Amino acid sequence: MSVLVYTENWDGKFKKSSFELVSYAHAMSGQAGGEAIALTIGEVANEELEKLAQYGATKVLSIVGDAYKEMDAALYAQAVAAAAQANGCEIVLMANNNEGKGIAPRVAVKLKAGLVSGATALAQSFDPFVVRKNVFNGKAIGYQQIKSANKVVTLAQNSFEIMENPVAFVAEIFDADAAESKTNVSAVDKVTDKLLLTDAEIVVSGGRGMKSGDNWGPLEELANVLGAATACSRPVSDEGWRSHEEHVGQTGKIIAPDVYFALGISGAIQHIAGVSSSKVIVAVNTDPEAPVFEAADYGIIGDLKTVLPRMVEEAKAFKANS
Amino acid sequence: MKILVCISNVPDTTTKIKLNGDQKSVDMTGVQWVINPWDELALTRAMELKEQSGGKIDKITVITVGEKTVEPTLRKALAVGADNAVRIDTVPTDDYYVAAQIAEYLKKEPYELIITGIESSDYNGSAVGGMLAEFLDAPSISSVSNISFEGDAFVMKKAIDGGNETVTADTPMVAVVQKGIAIDPRIPAMRGIMMARKKPLLVEAPVEIEALTEFVNFEMPKPKPPVKMVDAENVAELFRLLHEEAKVL
Repeated sequence: MSVLVYTENWDGKFKKSSFELVSYAHAMSGQAGGEAIALTIGEVANEELEKLAQYGATKVLSIVGDAYKEMDAALYAQAVAAAAQANGCEIVLMANNNEGKGIAPRVAVKLKAGLVSGATALAQSFDPFVVRKNVFNGKAIGYQQIKSANKVVTLAQNSFEIMENPVAFVAEIFDADAAESKTNVSAVDKVTDKLLLTDAEIVVSGGRGMKSGDNWGPLEELANVLGAATACSRPVSDEGWRSHEEHVGQTGKIIAPDVYFALGISGAIQHIAGVSSSKVIVAVNTDPEAPVFEAADYGIIGDLKTVLPRMVEEAKAFKANS
Repeated sequence: MKILVCISNVPDTTTKIKLNGDQKSVDMTGVQWVINPWDELALTRAMELKEQSGGKIDKITVITVGEKTVEPTLRKALAVGADNAVRIDTVPTDDYYVAAQIAEYLKKEPYELIITGIESSDYNGSAVGGMLAEFLDAPSISSVSNISFEGDAFVMKKAIDGGNETVTADTPMVAVVQKGIAIDPRIPAMRGIMMARKKPLLVEAPVEIEALTEFVNFEMPKPKPPVKMVDAENVAELFRLLHEEAKVL
């Protein structure tokens, strides 16, 4: 059983999450006795495509053409499904991110395939095909069986270790025969020079305990020293202390960095739902009973007014020594 | 113009999840059922659009796939302001099954705009909107953070990495909505609750379709090791732990 892995590219470049996906596809195709075949849409230089082979993709298909300039889920899904069929792949894999969530359900219908959204591990078994995922926002774990011959799986972020598995690869152009688009993008408004919250490996986030929107200087400095993105809890964006773009939580952005610093965030269940996939959570709060300490790996009880400047100093010292 | 809002009936966010003894299902006794939070925001935005459209949007319908027990949730949506409700009378077994049922209904009863929330807070599928669009061969716009009604067209803001796109589409279209679509869900007023009792709630028979997935068992997450406290006077220790023990810095 071969796996077709859809690897999104960002202006011709892959990201860590792309390599995570290919590593997973390689491991899964190994389990299933097939190959991992990658597909990307848009112009990507050959040396960039070759990176996917470092993680185990034996073939890399590219779809190019003006029809795919905008991400129209219908066209992209059609392309992914066509590539899976043309290459005999019964399993289609993609990221459980914005783009994957847009495309995967459509691919599933095209291929009459069962879909598991947000898998957190390799298949537990192949016959029956059973995959683990979080349910009830991480409050329980479910094992979901796909009963159809074709299968679509989206992988939750940070669920699989990146593993190098260099293989020989071929690059091919794939012609997916694009249909006419039924959507029209009339304007694009995009900031390109800022580290994206959803990409950041370190996130420094402030809550109501920051007391005022004017107190964000040291938090931004800490983020700057660590090369981190900044975020906030819902009350902070509702108060207008920070932009809604920064709100993480169940109704905001869902993120999964390596380290999440929760500064002055009490840790309401809705907030934790948005950050619980972080590898490590560090919490600083004046209240030792704050629920955030139940979700955190490391905690400091103290006033941010004194603790945050110390964190900035220690982060600088740490960076200077490493 | 008519808007269809797809509603999922889910346990309240603060519900403590327990499994049944055989671990094959979740114990739902005593659970407080609510409209899935995203769907509630979608309905709120649909109401605002209708009110601002000067009569051009004349009907908002809520639809769900579920047994009779989900009707209080539909009544709540009617109390918020939906004009009528549709319940497809069957157990919502998986996303594919649910989307196929709603698609069949839409083939009989077309709507210009269909809205679904990005994810239901029970099985976290994120799939019904996209599947529905594919069944209907209709465009789907995902990650929608705002919908406006300009002239005679729905204009959507779609969140992309680092910004957003402004998107229009041929009708019928499916919008999968997320953060930003409405700030707070609309709470039903007493008048709305009274009126909801009289609004039509249509029950439709399901069509025969096979579900393609099934949850075979569940388990509770392993308890996390307790938080390791670091003295506020010794912040250097925090960075040492993050570097040497957690190996994330």
